[in-house]
Amino acid sequence: MIPAPFTYRRAWSVDEALELAGQGGDDAKFLAGGHSLLPLMKLRFAVPEVLIDIGRLRELSFIRDEDASIAVGALTSHHDLATSGLLARELPLLAHAAGCVGDPQVRHRGTIGGSLAHGDPAGDLPAVILALDATLIALGPAGRREVGAAEFFRGLFETALAPGELLTEIRIPKPRATAWSFQKFTKRAIDWAIVGVAVQGGNVALVNMGPAPLRAVAVEQALAGGAAPADAAAHAAEGTSPVDDVNADRGYRQHLARVLVARALAESRSRT
Amino acid sequence: MSIMGTRVKRTEDPRLLTVGGTYVDDIRVPEMTGAASVTFVRSPLGHARITGIDASAALAAPGVVAVLTVADIDDLPPPPPAGEPNDAAPLPLGGVWQEPLLAVDRVRFVGEPVAMVITDDAYDGEDAAELVSVDYEPLPVVVGPEAALAGESLLFPDAGSNVARTAGSPADPAAFDGCEVVVERTISNQRLAPVPMEGRAAAARWADGKLTVWVSTQNPQISRFIMAGAFGLDPGAIRVVAPDVGGGFGAKIGIDRDGLLVAWAAKHTGRALRWAETRSENLVGMTHGRAQRQTIKIGGTRDGRVLAYRVDVVQDAGAYLRLGGFLPFLTCTMAVGPYDIGHVETAYRVVVTNATPINAYRGAGRPEATAAIERAMDLFAAEIGMDPAEVRRRNLIPADKFPHQSPCGARYDTGDYIGALDQVLVGAGYAELRAEQARRRERGDVVQLGIGVSSYVEITAADAENGETARLEVHDDGTATVYTGSSPHGQGHDTAWAMLVHDDLGIPMDKVTVLHGDTDLIPLGIGTYGSRSLQMGGIAVHRAALDVRDQARRLAASLLEASEADLELDTERGLWHVRGDPASARSWADIAGHAGADGLAASVHYDATPTFPFGSHVAVAEVDTETGKVTLVRHVSVDDAGTVLNPVLAEGQRHGGIAQGVAQALLEEFVYDADGNPLTGSLADYAAITATELPSFELLARETPATTNPLGFKGIGEAGTIGATPAAHSAVIDALSHLGVRHIDMPMTPMRVWAAISEARSHR
Amino acid sequence: MKVTMTVNGRVVAAEVADRTLLVHFVREVAGLTAANVGCDTSSCGSCTILLDGRSVKSCTVLAAQADGREVVTMEGLASGPDELHPVQQAFRDEHGLQCGFCTPGMVMAAVSLLAENPRPTEDQVRSGLEGNLCRCTGYHNIVRAVLAAADAMEGMEQR
Repeated sequence: MIPAPFTYRRAWSVDEALELAGQGGDDAKFLAGGHSLLPLMKLRFAVPEVLIDIGRLRELSFIRDEDASIAVGALTSHHDLATSGLLARELPLLAHAAGCVGDPQVRHRGTIGGSLAHGDPAGDLPAVILALDATLIALGPAGRREVGAAEFFRGLFETALAPGELLTEIRIPKPRATAWSFQKFTKRAIDWAIVGVAVQGGNVALVNMGPAPLRAVAVEQALAGGAAPADAAAHAAEGTSPVDDVNADRGYRQHLARVLVARALAESRSRT
Repeated sequence: MSIMGTRVKRTEDPRLLTVGGTYVDDIRVPEMTGAASVTFVRSPLGHARITGIDASAALAAPGVVAVLTVADIDDLPPPPPAGEPNDAAPLPLGGVWQEPLLAVDRVRFVGEPVAMVITDDAYDGEDAAELVSVDYEPLPVVVGPEAALAGESLLFPDAGSNVARTAGSPADPAAFDGCEVVVERTISNQRLAPVPMEGRAAAARWADGKLTVWVSTQNPQISRFIMAGAFGLDPGAIRVVAPDVGGGFGAKIGIDRDGLLVAWAAKHTGRALRWAETRSENLVGMTHGRAQRQTIKIGGTRDGRVLAYRVDVVQDAGAYLRLGGFLPFLTCTMAVGPYDIGHVETAYRVVVTNATPINAYRGAGRPEATAAIERAMDLFAAEIGMDPAEVRRRNLIPADKFPHQSPCGARYDTGDYIGALDQVLVGAGYAELRAEQARRRERGDVVQLGIGVSSYVEITAADAENGETARLEVHDDGTATVYTGSSPHGQGHDTAWAMLVHDDLGIPMDKVTVLHGDTDLIPLGIGTYGSRSLQMGGIAVHRAALDVRDQARRLAASLLEASEADLELDTERGLWHVRGDPASARSWADIAGHAGADGLAASVHYDATPTFPFGSHVAVAEVDTETGKVTLVRHVSVDDAGTVLNPVLAEGQRHGGIAQGVAQALLEEFVYDADGNPLTGSLADYAAITATELPSFELLARETPATTNPLGFKGIGEAGTIGATPAAHSAVIDALSHLGVRHIDMPMTPMRVWAAISEARSHR
Repeated sequence: MKVTMTVNGRVVAAEVADRTLLVHFVREVAGLTAANVGCDTSSCGSCTILLDGRSVKSCTVLAAQADGREVVTMEGLASGPDELHPVQQAFRDEHGLQCGFCTPGMVMAAVSLLAENPRPTEDQVRSGLEGNLCRCTGYHNIVRAVLAAADAMEGMEQR
């Protein structure tokens, strides 16, 4: 219930955040909205010795139209993403998915950067970022780095971020194909996805079908090859490694993936 | 015009909505200033021997006042000797099954308290608890009733078995002869966590020879007697206060070992102590509900007449026998439900397993009974191809057959079961629902419709013979004070008892103060469980009011120099006057002022016999046959608990009961893995139902008064839960019956439902 | 570390441990015990208060994160003892509470919900409250209360 003791530091600029991270080394973690990190700390699954609060870095909360792409600051809250008129027009997949994260209170505090850096394959936004072919921009001791979404999610709670690196921005190319759909299958509305599917055009990404979000490559190839959506969806479970847990076993998750991909493709096409 | 039956807003709410309630963890009285905090060290293993406890690192940590283990409990009397096992006695078994306060040399469930850390600051508690080093030698874990019955590993080796109780009739081999159709099935009534929003909490202080304990309990007076016995103290040396209690649902009956330990530790250390468990502790440390495996057998004729029914219950009581040892007795007592069945047999066994102990949880043994007979009725209906509502109509006890002595031992007081069934079917639009179901089946829709029907009767105030207390004082300023032995945790006692006083005496509600929960003020009482509050506590208040009225009549006669027969009490305006002479009117203030040294007051102890509310529910569910996802689209109910005092309160109880009943059918289950580790040990994993899974409910009104008390009250608190679970459960199975699905064990999670659909389709 | 925040319009400052949760700052330092701790996984919403006007689960916010910010709790809603906020009044009128433990969080979640969506449908109210658990009411009257509050607040605006 109560986190283990730690030292709290507050950064008033990105430079200061990086400086403090450098000082803290392996024992330091960035604190954005805190809704991925603090729950872990309260159960003492995470015990960082230093927390660097980057919540005051207002310069990292933005949604900007940059002609060919949309730039989203890492500290933009899920609420702001879900209610952004710009995103509703240009990236409805992201706006809608952000509105599915947690509950209203969580969405007021949680940030896209926090969710992505956390790297939970059951999270909604990592798969969306994958489906949107986004580029993630980080600042660190080695300077500025751009990482494609496909390379960003390495494994269970593991991302490409190096120690001391701060995710600052997500740059998303405006999709050519406007067909989109987000299917989040849960037991209760408040739950993490048992399985989820994000579709943008011919891109299909899966939530909770492996240790990291992944693209349903076999489905995409079938679609590119001219297969009807319902037939392409039959490949949804290929290359996936879903877990068994109290909500679903592997076989059921694979079945859901096929059903949800079919529904996502059908819904997305109804939006063109 | 009487206030009885009118919608009155709660008097509790202005405070609860502005400054909020004062729950145990909110207590800020001066005598608790500087209180230390208690944090428990709990077993992480399901079954193990304790081979050593090293508290040295914890004792050296900052802010640690003490670390207490069983070795420190050297100042308590031994537990009483075990009583003879008695079917009808709700007390836990002792002797070889004895549950200790802190674990002695063995832990038997994850969450069992092993040590207590006392710190000056609450925040240091978890840090220090982590430093207490306990050595465990794991023992083979017993998970589930089958493993318990197999007996390869015993929780209590001295008992020689994991079976703590066996009772009931052996199966009569001829019982089902003459039945054209017989269906038998073993079904699960799964383990649930009550999850009151306030977990367990206690605060205690020992000073000047008196132990004061604030505890989140449903029964302050019973808690005091438990503590007196456990601590070897005179009850007069103990004061128990139940402040606002954030829900109980049966899991806060009395005071449990953790609460007793806090109270003991306050006396033992001389420090005032506070304790409030975390939710993760609550999910394993507070008791669980249900957890029965039931083998049901039903037989009858092809034209729908049920001739015989048998239910065999195996109660998984968890690691220690609290009420888990008694609940199957209630299940068997209500096994036949509202039906007229010629031959009924029941039997039960109670087993211990390495899991959280089972205790009462909203319905406490009766939801299990109703779920079993309702499943049996539906299986029978499916077997003979008859509409499940029609099968029920043909077997329900008719309205002219009351009081009805059931073959299971209960005497049902009043009822109109067929009337309730008909009412709910009309209210639900049953025929149109069946038509819509047929249309969807015809079209082969992905989303199919299911309709579940349940009929139930339940026993409330099962311990009515224990009675309830009330004291009413009318003061010489015209106000009144009620002291009630009943003890609320959300039911609205303050409002209800004020309504009764107003109805009987005409004193305005805002002049009536209702006190409860403090044993210094109310030393005797039972408290709230078993849906007894209104019919026991309320009638006690009513009796006290009538007693006061009779005294007042004599006082008024003296004051007005008239004969008692000529006097009238105007209960609208609260005035006594000579009939036909309004100018003679005297107020309650006048009358009370005229009373002698003892004032105008009455104390009542009222006992009675149980009552039997009843009803019928219809649940309408949609099932996505590609994913197994269930949506409850409608829930309609008739819950007849006799006379309704305040429809607002009654409806609230029905809503809450239905939600918990639906939750069992569709979502909730407390699950352990094969090593006895909880898989649903936090609210992220235990699927407590939220607003998004429920529709608004459709409640239909029906009042068939009780005959056991003059106002006709029965108990409403648990009825909604009892009727709702089988209706919602059955609705899901019904949605898939055309695929050949006959049964799915609760809860109807998407994976379970899909597995049933897959299996059924693979047979076609 | 020193933390200063405005709670229900009053400045509250204290030296607290870095790991102090906002809910404990509100309860113990500001002395406002309406917000309750009901879980340890950010699931139940009993601790919901407003932070800079938006509903948050105060058990999942460090007091340090609220330093310099504005907090409003249920105790700060009513304008006077007889002037309940429309949401409080609606909960009273519709019997939207029983034991009261989830109520402060539920009320604040509702206030925030209505600030963002003044005319919600029943479905929007239900999903808007998915982060708030209640065990007593079955949510039926809570939903009615929020819808009634929406009506009342719309009526007030028109006047």
